Amino acid sequence: MTKRPLNLLWLQSGGCGGCTLSLIGAEGPDLLTSLAAAGIEVLWHPSLSAETGREALAVLERVLSGETPLDILCLEGSVMRGPNGTGRFHIMAGTDRPVMDWISDLAAVAGHVVAVGSCAAFGGITAAGDNHVEACGLVYDGTEPGGLLGHGFRAKSGLPVVNIAGCPIHPDWLTETLHQIAAGRFDRSQLDEWERPVGYTNHLVHHGCSRNEFYEFKASAERLCDLGCMMENLGCKGTQARADCNIRVWNGSGSCLEGGYPCINCTAPGFEEPGHSFTATPKVSGIPVGLPTDMPKAWFVALAALSKAATPARLKTNATSDHVAIAPHDKHKRRP
Amino acid sequence: MSRLIVGPFNRVEGDLEVKLDLEDGVVRSAQVVSPLYRGFERILQDKPPLDALVYAPRICGICSVSQSVAAARALADAQGLDVAESGRVAIDLIHAAENVADHLTHFYLFFMPDFAREAYAGEAWHATAAARFRALAGTAAEEVLPARTQLLHLMGILAGHWPHTLGIRPGGSTRRVTANEQARLAGIISAFRRFLERTLFADTLERVGALQGADELSAWRHEKPATAGDFRHFLAISEALGLDSLGRAGSLFMSYGAYAAAGGHLFDRGLWRAGAPAPFDASLVTEDTANAWYQPSQGPRPPAAGETLPTDGTGGGYTWCKAPRFAGETAEVGAVARQLVNGHPLIRDLVGSGSANVHVRVTARVLEIALVVMAMERWIQNLKPNGEFCNHGPMPDDCEGVGLTEAARGALGHWLKVEHGRIANYQIIAPTTWNFSPRDAQGNPGALELALEGAPVRPGETEPVAVQHIVRSFDPCMVCTVH
Repeated sequence: MTKRPLNLLWLQSGGCGGCTLSLIGAEGPDLLTSLAAAGIEVLWHPSLSAETGREALAVLERVLSGETPLDILCLEGSVMRGPNGTGRFHIMAGTDRPVMDWISDLAAVAGHVVAVGSCAAFGGITAAGDNHVEACGLVYDGTEPGGLLGHGFRAKSGLPVVNIAGCPIHPDWLTETLHQIAAGRFDRSQLDEWERPVGYTNHLVHHGCSRNEFYEFKASAERLCDLGCMMENLGCKGTQARADCNIRVWNGSGSCLEGGYPCINCTAPGFEEPGHSFTATPKVSGIPVGLPTDMPKAWFVALAALSKAATPARLKTNATSDHVAIAPHDKHKRRP
Repeated sequence: MSRLIVGPFNRVEGDLEVKLDLEDGVVRSAQVVSPLYRGFERILQDKPPLDALVYAPRICGICSVSQSVAAARALADAQGLDVAESGRVAIDLIHAAENVADHLTHFYLFFMPDFAREAYAGEAWHATAAARFRALAGTAAEEVLPARTQLLHLMGILAGHWPHTLGIRPGGSTRRVTANEQARLAGIISAFRRFLERTLFADTLERVGALQGADELSAWRHEKPATAGDFRHFLAISEALGLDSLGRAGSLFMSYGAYAAAGGHLFDRGLWRAGAPAPFDASLVTEDTANAWYQPSQGPRPPAAGETLPTDGTGGGYTWCKAPRFAGETAEVGAVARQLVNGHPLIRDLVGSGSANVHVRVTARVLEIALVVMAMERWIQNLKPNGEFCNHGPMPDDCEGVGLTEAARGALGHWLKVEHGRIANYQIIAPTTWNFSPRDAQGNPGALELALEGAPVRPGETEPVAVQHIVRSFDPCMVCTVH
């Protein structure tokens, strides 16, 4: 017996579309092959589908009437509640109706609801500043439970909203989740405390960071483009941030750290307002305020002092250089 | 007179609604509605100036690097900082990779799928076009997505990732390129050239880039069967449908200049007015909010003195998009404008002394793919792994800066003011703010509103296919438009 394909509907609201753009860069396999392999059919996606105007609204109406089953609803972008709770900062084109109302109605009939990106999950960048647009996530408003649907929301499958947090998402974070859902193997155990898939949030960005040797010796970068560890001076939150960015590479080989700039913890609620400049580490008495995950402060201070005292000249020099000034070298063999 | 509202208008980046007044089977007038407001200019208020480099790229997932480049230039201008030479080349490569990927995405995923529509079922070319370009299901998408992905491997090396890099700084790029990585970059661009020459052009980039005019283009197109290369395929359909008579807007074109590494710009800064070059002066750019949902601004304002005070989205106005003007006039921006200003003979011949149209907008974009990829090959060879990639300098507590650049879809500007070490004002005018502008206080329509006038509507059409071609020919980016 062949299984009915799962229907996926994608809506965009207060975001930049960057998660879609990241997603269509999926590789091994490409997105279309990946969806076909999972047995997922796209009912409608604003960037990719043929239907426009009334044709697109007809797709949504068929879902709401129950004529077309909706297995997976993806939302990309924040929910726009402003001004004054009216939702008029984002009206669904062609309908004169706030997009937030369409989202509520569609979520109520969806088998699974997936928040794609930190905007849809928590509010994200659109909720930065004074948030005069009243942007929020599907079931969170920043770190506060609530959001549009309320934290008690359960999709028809019984699962809460799945938060693929990230700014942008890595394509695999979503495609792997979709494959798990399609296979019927995605349950509560696959979600962390913010309902993010543990497949990527059981890791820290620090894991696999190619600057680990500098971290070990607290050999710190002083300027963006220096090779050293960016935790002490440049605001890097890789030792606290939950994601596998340095294990699973981006665009073939990259990551923020590989690109020469710090992790800004974009998978966490509230990352958009760190309370300090993104590229400077806040400190108290010279000690960074944000310590590595699960590290007692006294240990950190003691180990940092010890490792700084033991830093080899190679690392000390390279840490503040934009290239490998002193290369590792076999002591027993001279370079000609 | 009857009114037709088309929305949600998809396969544009972001949200769009178009209101059409119809009479005798044609569009008499149009109103272009940008229905989403997020308030980035307000978000940036009071932030540390360099944090603009985190927020600005997140205005847009498809023009992310362009937003970074504009922000970095505005900051560098405010700091009085020069860009390190190798960093400049690296940034041009990052920027070019985004722009080329955008042109490719637009052509294959956003624009061409409309030829698979049932409205064209009676046309001789329909079955072949539908098999090739149908949304999500055509044979083209499965070839294009992997090619685009491989091109974006440039970003993994040069920018950490795409979209939303933090590697573009006022003084250059945070990522030095090593000699072996330079070799990898050359391999990636070479593989992409192979894809273009086999799939898009069925010819060499050099040949396409050197086409001198409409006659040569036509001769080139007839050299091979109409489906030999997807560009030829487009040209054949365009000829059959007369797309060169569709979507004519104004005759003032503007480019801020693209890719700064070549000792000036690869594509010049300037204006093109009714068939002749004209001087550009950034101080003549203003924004007007007469027909947008903002508090009255006492006339048009230069962006450096601009303000963003949204109303509740009811009452006067019909969009969240402001109306930018150059010396009070509507301008069209994009690949056509860049190639007119820069003097490409093919595009100058196709436009003549008049306005652009659907055919030339798409042609200019595809032509740019060839031109920019050839430039990227040269830049990669010129990269100096031992060169300087990033200059550093202090940020004055009180300063102002302007950052002008070209996104794939046209002129992008950032205007920054810093007071007491914090951002006091930040104003952004994006390409589609120009092209999809509402009417200004004098009632002059924006470029798309003008281009839609006269568009044919077939009996019974609710999503007129001609309107779809015209709208998408601008490659709109709605998330940038309002920001």
